[in-house]
Amino acid sequence: MLLAVLSGFLLAAAVPWLYKLLQGRINWALALLPAGLTVYFASFMPEIAAGDQVLVSYNWIPSLDIQLSFLLDGLSLMFALLISGIGTFILLYAGSYLHGDRDLPKFYIFILAFMASMLGLVLSNNLISLFVFWELTSITSYMLIGYHHEQLKSRKSALQGLLVTVGGGMALMAGLILMGSVAGTYEISEILNNGDVIRDSGLYTGILILILIGTFSKSAQVPLHFWLPNAMAAPTPVSAYLHSATMVKAGVYLLARLNPSLGETELWHTILPLFGALTMFTGMFLAYRSTEIKKILAYTTLMALGTLTMLIGIGTELAIGAAMTFLLAHALYKASLFLVAGSLDHSTGTKDITKMGGLARIMPITTYAAILAALSMAGIAPLFGFIAKEMLFEAVLESNYLTSFLLVLTVATAMLGVAIGGVIALRPFFGARKETPSKPHEAPFAMWIGPATLATLGLLCGLLPFLPERGILSAAVTSVYGEYESFYLTLWHGFNLPLMLSIASIAVGVLLFFGWDAIRARLLWLDKVFAYGPERGYEKALDGMNWTAQWQTRVLQNGYLRYYLLTILATLIGLVGYTLFTGYEPRLLFDFVGVQFIEAVIAILIVLAAVVAATTHSRLGAVVSVGVVGFGVALVYVLFSAPDLGITQVLVETLTVLLLVLVLFRLPEFLDLSSTAARMRDAVVAVAVGSLFTLLLLTATELQLHDPISQFFVENSEPEGHGRNIVNVILVDFRALDTLGEIFVLALAAIGVYAMIKFRAEEYKK
Amino acid sequence: MEPLMAYVVGGLYAAAIYMMLRRSIVKLVIGLILLSNAANLLIFTAAGLVRGTPPLIAEGAQVPPPGVADPLPQALVLTAIVIAFGVLAFAVVLIHRAYEIVKADDLDQMKSTDT
Repeated sequence: MLLAVLSGFLLAAAVPWLYKLLQGRINWALALLPAGLTVYFASFMPEIAAGDQVLVSYNWIPSLDIQLSFLLDGLSLMFALLISGIGTFILLYAGSYLHGDRDLPKFYIFILAFMASMLGLVLSNNLISLFVFWELTSITSYMLIGYHHEQLKSRKSALQGLLVTVGGGMALMAGLILMGSVAGTYEISEILNNGDVIRDSGLYTGILILILIGTFSKSAQVPLHFWLPNAMAAPTPVSAYLHSATMVKAGVYLLARLNPSLGETELWHTILPLFGALTMFTGMFLAYRSTEIKKILAYTTLMALGTLTMLIGIGTELAIGAAMTFLLAHALYKASLFLVAGSLDHSTGTKDITKMGGLARIMPITTYAAILAALSMAGIAPLFGFIAKEMLFEAVLESNYLTSFLLVLTVATAMLGVAIGGVIALRPFFGARKETPSKPHEAPFAMWIGPATLATLGLLCGLLPFLPERGILSAAVTSVYGEYESFYLTLWHGFNLPLMLSIASIAVGVLLFFGWDAIRARLLWLDKVFAYGPERGYEKALDGMNWTAQWQTRVLQNGYLRYYLLTILATLIGLVGYTLFTGYEPRLLFDFVGVQFIEAVIAILIVLAAVVAATTHSRLGAVVSVGVVGFGVALVYVLFSAPDLGITQVLVETLTVLLLVLVLFRLPEFLDLSSTAARMRDAVVAVAVGSLFTLLLLTATELQLHDPISQFFVENSEPEGHGRNIVNVILVDFRALDTLGEIFVLALAAIGVYAMIKFRAEEYKK
Repeated sequence: MEPLMAYVVGGLYAAAIYMMLRRSIVKLVIGLILLSNAANLLIFTAAGLVRGTPPLIAEGAQVPPPGVADPLPQALVLTAIVIAFGVLAFAVVLIHRAYEIVKADDLDQMKSTDT
């Protein structure tokens, strides 16, 4: 199982070599992998249909209870079959569709990696690994949407898709972690068994909302739907794969997967149908207004995602059954339609459906696929879509919450659906031939085999509904809903309300089909309203983020050293001062008892010299004062039992003064550049910092927080280090490595100094 | 003695910070030197000051006499003095070099990297 999931990544890594070997025919070789996977997963079908589950587990990060475990039950098997099955046709198709494209190997790498991530996502039995695969699909889809990266629109759409889905992913991660901690395990199969723990916990509302944000962003629910139509900037095989059958359904998958542990609450039964129904209708309405074939299909995908969310939200046995049926039907017809759209675009050179006509005679096989798939989408008997739609009506009629609201939107959507189905099935293929940018021709074999097979499957499933039912759908319903009683598929449900609704929607749909051009023209004014839609909010948010970043950079990275210093010092005073005054009792001490005369003189000398250094206008005066400070400090070391420090300080101070005298006099005079106000401000800051350190030192000398560790060095210096100068022993023995580091720093500084001097010398020679 | 040194350290810090906030690069260097002296004295004083008992062991003895000065801060400060000198030497040459190119003593004129 692990190999099955990861094989996509492995093959993706091998693509560059394979491409060199096989060139244009590589798609046939690559398609073998998803085809093989389809067979592999199909071999589980009898077992799963019998009600079994396959559970495989590998330890990944055992200390964090993260396992790489995979669960194959009805739901994940259905998704796995769709992903690998449709993936086979997509790979075949892409090789022909993108023939000769210079980035083709890159495309194969991304799409294979995507396929593997998607398989991992639906098969994962651990919330954390599920999330990892979830994000991988976002990233690979970013690469795929932005495949034509030299186009601005493509890059923008890719970024939009990424930001929306990954933003939602953040919420999802928080939700999953909360859920895992409430349930006490990250294993999905265990979480599903104690849904009551999650539903009864106080965090339930939070968990649900976070997870819904994640799934809604991925599955493009209103108001986060705008990225999906824009993602149509991707090459058509990508749209067919990601945006119809697989990635966008990841959100729906997760909802279905978590239904046993999150569902069956009032919140679930209200939020999901509400957003789902709104998305469903919005999608279909927008589809009706579009003329670009890929846009139409993208919007109908929104409709499908909304429908699925709604059905899962309704959550009755019938609704879940309808959801699974609809999911399968939609994957079959939508992938097929997208591929048809790609063939039309490829063949005619336009994506505008109003500019095509009379192609049936030139592209017979494509026409066949298009008609079957579009009729399935419209929900016309005897196609599989019809069964799904009947069940949808039944489920909505039976729902316990928002019933009439859902029913109105569903019927309206179905009417528009009939019209759209008609437009796609008939407009490009019948009627008068229209002039198109390039001369139309039938798609090559690699490009018609996919849509034709998938569309035929849609017909077969409609005619022989017990095949999908026994094969996979009842198992899928079991894994989402649990034990069911009366789920079965049939074309004929008898003369009942759903059938009446179907007939009514077909009748109105036919009218809408004939009035397509006229009504669309009447609705043009809506463009202005839609300009204020959620996408505008996204753009505003993006602008706002840029503005904030620029503002923050302007304020923090202003380029003035003194403002950086002031910021650091203010932080220092704030943090150290706060700790000092809240945790301890700092007070000024004037306890100079026992100070000897010479010590007092040295102390006063140091302070005076420092003040002179800070105020003098003469460079020489400043250098001399600094020298006085340095030698004064050296005397302090000597007086207070630190002869080594005294010696070093004298040496270093001598060198420093020499260096300053040598270099500073090649620099300009001291200048007073700051205004009086600036000087006052700096003086205040300086005195504040100075006072802070005085207080700190006064407090510190009275305080002993821990026993000093020096005793170790004192005791072991002679026995262990064989040295009688303890400071020296510490430096060259106990802490020798630190000293080595110090030498290294000095050597680096020396190299730097040498390089700068040398560089100048050579510059002069020129 | 520590209270007196606390005021000395405070004074050194104040002078150092004031100089580092100036726009003149030469003054910045002066501030840097004062700052390192101030920090060294801070650590040295915080450990406690004792007169005339350096951390040395007499010949033939295993341990120094009791009440000896703490050797650890001395080792730390010794390292700090040397490093500070390395940094200073580098900074001085760097500033000299920058001055040669930019011909400005004013940090505000060195703000832009595109010269």
